[in-house]
This record gives sequence, C-alpha cells and structure tokens, in this order.
Amino acid sequence: MQKTVPQKVVNYRKPSVGRTIVQNRTLILMCLPAILFFFVFSYLPMPGAYIAFTNFQYNKGIFGSDFVGLKNFQFLFISGQLGLLLKNTVLYNLAFIVLGNVVQLAFAVLLNEVQNKVYKKAAQSIMFLPYFISDVLVSLLVYNLINYDYGFISNLVRSLGGEMPKVYQDASAWPYIIVMVNLWKSTGYGTVVYFAAITGMDASMMEAAQIDGASTWQRIRYITLPTLKPTVIILFLFAIGGILKGNFGLFYNLVGNNSMLFKTTDIIETYVYRSMMNSFNFSQSSAVGLFQSVVGFFIVLGANAFVKHLDPDYALF
Amino acid sequence: MTANNTNHMHTTHIKKDTSQIVINLITYVLVTIFCLMCILPFWMIIASSFSSEEAIRRTGFTLWPSDLSTYSYELLFRSPDQMVGAYVVTICLTAVGTLIGLFLVSMTGYALQRKDFPYRNGIMFYIYFTSLFSAGLVPFYLLIVQTLNLRDSYLAILLPLLMSPWLIVLMKNFVKAIPHEITESGKIDGAGDFKIFYALILPNLKPALATIGLFLALSYWNEWYYSSLFLTTKVEYRPLQYHLYNVINKVASLKNSVAGSNVVITDLPGETLKMATAVIATGPIILLYPFVQKYFVAGLTVGAVKG
Repeated sequence: MQKTVPQKVVNYRKPSVGRTIVQNRTLILMCLPAILFFFVFSYLPMPGAYIAFTNFQYNKGIFGSDFVGLKNFQFLFISGQLGLLLKNTVLYNLAFIVLGNVVQLAFAVLLNEVQNKVYKKAAQSIMFLPYFISDVLVSLLVYNLINYDYGFISNLVRSLGGEMPKVYQDASAWPYIIVMVNLWKSTGYGTVVYFAAITGMDASMMEAAQIDGASTWQRIRYITLPTLKPTVIILFLFAIGGILKGNFGLFYNLVGNNSMLFKTTDIIETYVYRSMMNSFNFSQSSAVGLFQSVVGFFIVLGANAFVKHLDPDYALF
Repeated sequence: MTANNTNHMHTTHIKKDTSQIVINLITYVLVTIFCLMCILPFWMIIASSFSSEEAIRRTGFTLWPSDLSTYSYELLFRSPDQMVGAYVVTICLTAVGTLIGLFLVSMTGYALQRKDFPYRNGIMFYIYFTSLFSAGLVPFYLLIVQTLNLRDSYLAILLPLLMSPWLIVLMKNFVKAIPHEITESGKIDGAGDFKIFYALILPNLKPALATIGLFLALSYWNEWYYSSLFLTTKVEYRPLQYHLYNVINKVASLKNSVAGSNVVITDLPGETLKMATAVIATGPIILLYPFVQKYFVAGLTVGAVKG
C-alpha cells in the first residue's frame, strides 16, 4: 500500500496578492503613516529636480519655467565654482574622517584600560556633552574664544606677547578652526561607538592574554586593535560614502554670510543654501544639489559594494 | 627552580605594571584635558553673561567675571515677550513632535520587524532609499512653500522632523531584542496586530522609547535649520535656537550698521546680551543632560555599528 502525499500540500499555491494584503491589512496600516511621510517629504520632491535644467521663475513654477538643458551645469563647471566646492567639501570630509576616527579610536582604547569605573563613566558623559548642543551655540562658543577684540584665546595670545590674526577676516585660518571644532563636537559620539564595540568583544581572549603575562600595550596592539579592525573599516567606508555631504549646520553657523571666508570654507551645502535663500538663484542652487545627490549616490553604492565584499553582514543592502 | 620561577613572574609583573602605568597616565592626562575643553566653553558663556559689558570691553571674555553684573538678564526679563514666546513655541513643538514621532516610529519599527510580514523588506527599502538619494534642498523647499503652502507655519518645522530612516532602523534593532513569543502569545489569545503592538510590545519598549524620544526631543529643541528656511517673514515667535541665531547675528549686524556713523550705542550690552540669551536658551538641555545621557549611549550602542 502506497501512501500519497496529502492533497492539501500538493495543491498548495501562493496566496493571491489581494489575499496577502487583506491578511496583513493591520500591519500595512501600521506602516501607512511612514509610507505617506516619506512619499510626501522625500519622493514627491524628486521630479522637482527637473528645476536644475530650467531657467526657473518663481511665478511660473517648476514645470512652467523654460527648459535650458545643461546650461546651469555648464556655467558652474566653466566658472570653476563647482570645482572649488567639490575640493572644499571632499578635503574637509577627509580631514574629519581620518582625524576624527584616529582620535575617537585612541580615546576609546585608552579609556577601556582605565580601571576606575567612576572616571570612565564621567569622562564618557562629559565628552558626549558637545554633541547635545545646537550649532548656533557652537558658533557663539567659537566667537567667545577667537574673536579679535574680546576672544579668550586672542587675549591669551596677546598676554603671551604674540599677535592674534583677525580670524573673521582671514580665510587661511578656517580649515584649522573648522576641523578642530568638528573634532570637539564629534569625539564624544565616536568614542562611545567604538567603546561599545570594545565592550562587545570576547572577554575571554583578554583574560587569557592577561594570564599569559601580556602587557597592557601588547594587549592593545595584538588583541583590541585587530579585533576592532572590521568595525573601523566599515565605519570608514560608510563615512567615505557620505563624502559629498557636509555638516551644513556647523559651517553655516561658523561662517554664515561672511564672504571673506568663502574661499576656504564654502562647501556644497552652504553654497546651495545661500544661492537659494540669499540670491534666489533656484536653478543653479538645485543644479549643484542634484550633482551632489547623483554623484553621492554612486559613491554610496561603491562604498556599500566594497563593504559587501569584505563582510556581507554589514552591507546596507 | 622555584626561586627562578618566582623571579620570572616578578619581572613580568613589573613589566606589565610599567606599561599599564604609562598608558593610564597618558589616558588620564589626555582625557582630562579634553574633558576640560568640553566644559570650559560653556562655563565661559555663563561667566560672560554675568559680567558687565565694560569688563568685557576692557579684558575680553574671561573665566571669571571681573565685576559681577546681572544687567543683561535684567534687560531680558524687563521685556520677556520674545523669550517667553520662543520658549512656549519650542516646548510645544518638542512635546507634540516627540510624542507623535515616537508613536509613528515605534509602530513602523514593530511592523517592519515582524518576520511574518511579507512586505517588510520592500517597505524598509522604500524608507531606506530616501537616505541614499534625495532631490536636494531646492525641490524640498518648493514643496513646502509652494505645494504644501506651509511658509510661516509651525507645521513646516513639526512635520519634517517626525521620522527619519535612521530612527526607524534604530527602533527595529530595539524591537529585535523582544522575544518573538510575546507576539505569538498575543496571536493565540486572538489579539489583532495593533493590539499586540499597543498592549504587549510598547510596555516592553521603554528603554527604546526613552532613547528614541530623546533623539527626537533633541532635534526639536535644537531646531534652527527649518526655521531659517520657512519661518522667515511673518512669524511672531521663533523657536528658541532660531531666536538665539537672530540675536547673535542681529546684534552683530546692528553694530556693523552703526560702526560707520557717529552714533554710539554704548547703552546696549551687545556681548553680554548674547551670552545671557544663550544661557537661557540652552540651560534646560545642560541641566537635563546628566540625567538623560545614558539613554543616548544606549541608543548608540544598539544602533550605531550595525545600522
């Protein structure tokens, strides 16, 4: 006697789309606000990128304005504007990424070796404080320190017999200032991230090393750092993926509309903001913005492909 | 033999100690210096806000006011209209935005974490894609101003900050830690998906709600960007940080505009007024900070490395 496979399983078919929707209607409804939200605020503006190819006139609207092809892009390339913006944006980001990660990693590794738990906790909390305040206040803190007439550092330099440059008129000082301020603001955040990665490490390896008589330096050199390597590489690659984005809030609050400093401080996002809000040049502004989005998108894809190659678990998609 | 052995152990012990002492010393020095650098600028703002304008003109910003004065605060409290209005606007935006955002983010995060929800990957990609590619600032600006007609409306601040792909991913990671059996037991009891989320999952999500709620609250409290884009013309009361932005930049422009003429406005304590406004606008954040920072650390630990 031969037993047949139950009829039910043989005839099993994938339920129809309509049925699946009905079955999952509550879960779909629960996602609906988010779907609508991202549709309105992210997808709905996308066709509007067409403005980069027009001579935009506010009263005619985006799709009523005259089509001019690549003229806006041409102008930006030929005038050298786009080149300068690209250079500034990429160089600032590289400095932020490299310096930031080195400092954050060093602080996390060093702090991990401290035995005093109260100090460890307190240090983390205090380092995290600058992350909490708005860029508006950051600009005031910086002004407080380095403005020529009353700044704390200016006075210190003067009392030591030095000469303080008028930094708010001197473009050459700003790459250093902005990199320092960014470091000040992001160190606590990054240290906590790396610290979490270290705490998540296998403790038994550390103990074994300790029993074998490895010195603190040897443990850092041969266990902590190699274990952190994947995390570092992945965070680094994702940071590279965002290399065309900028820290708009920081730059705009520190520099604002001070055109004497633009040569060394103007990044893509400050240019886009200013040319829209101050000179009402919507077409050129959006041309730069679209360039940033499209090129940035491909850089992210590249970075992600690279991460996927190294460790598929960490890839974004 | 035994002597040799103890000797050997002794040397390794010494060696370990020296390297540890050196590293600890470096750590304490570097970290303490950096921590001072994190605190002192705030202290300096407070100290400057309590000094007299003449003292600042004379000695610049110092760590201790050379003559204590509350003049700038008196000026602010004499005409508190702007400040109180800014406070009310910011508190309302923060409270409403955080509550709505928290509800939407946790609901979405839960649904997208359900393994038996066939559309979860599709919807997640739909959400995540927006952080990879955007139309840029100009089309977004025109959407708010022309299509939605929200210029000078607080909704232009409230709505765009409600959700972000990052917060939804973070919430998903938190939900992941809740045992799947809770959902199963709810199903067996015949509860609907929303009931399961509301009655069974939410109470277990308290640490996640604290963390994500604080990220949301912080982004509303520190908001100045959307305000600078959309609240430009007819708004009577500006959110706090945008108010501070205007005070900082207006006093400067005020001074610049009279620098060339012969008008002397020594009566206006420009510098200390800025500092006092900054103290009042940022005070609550700094005061709350020690109590809430652990939730931020928790959030970073859960969400940062694996996004």
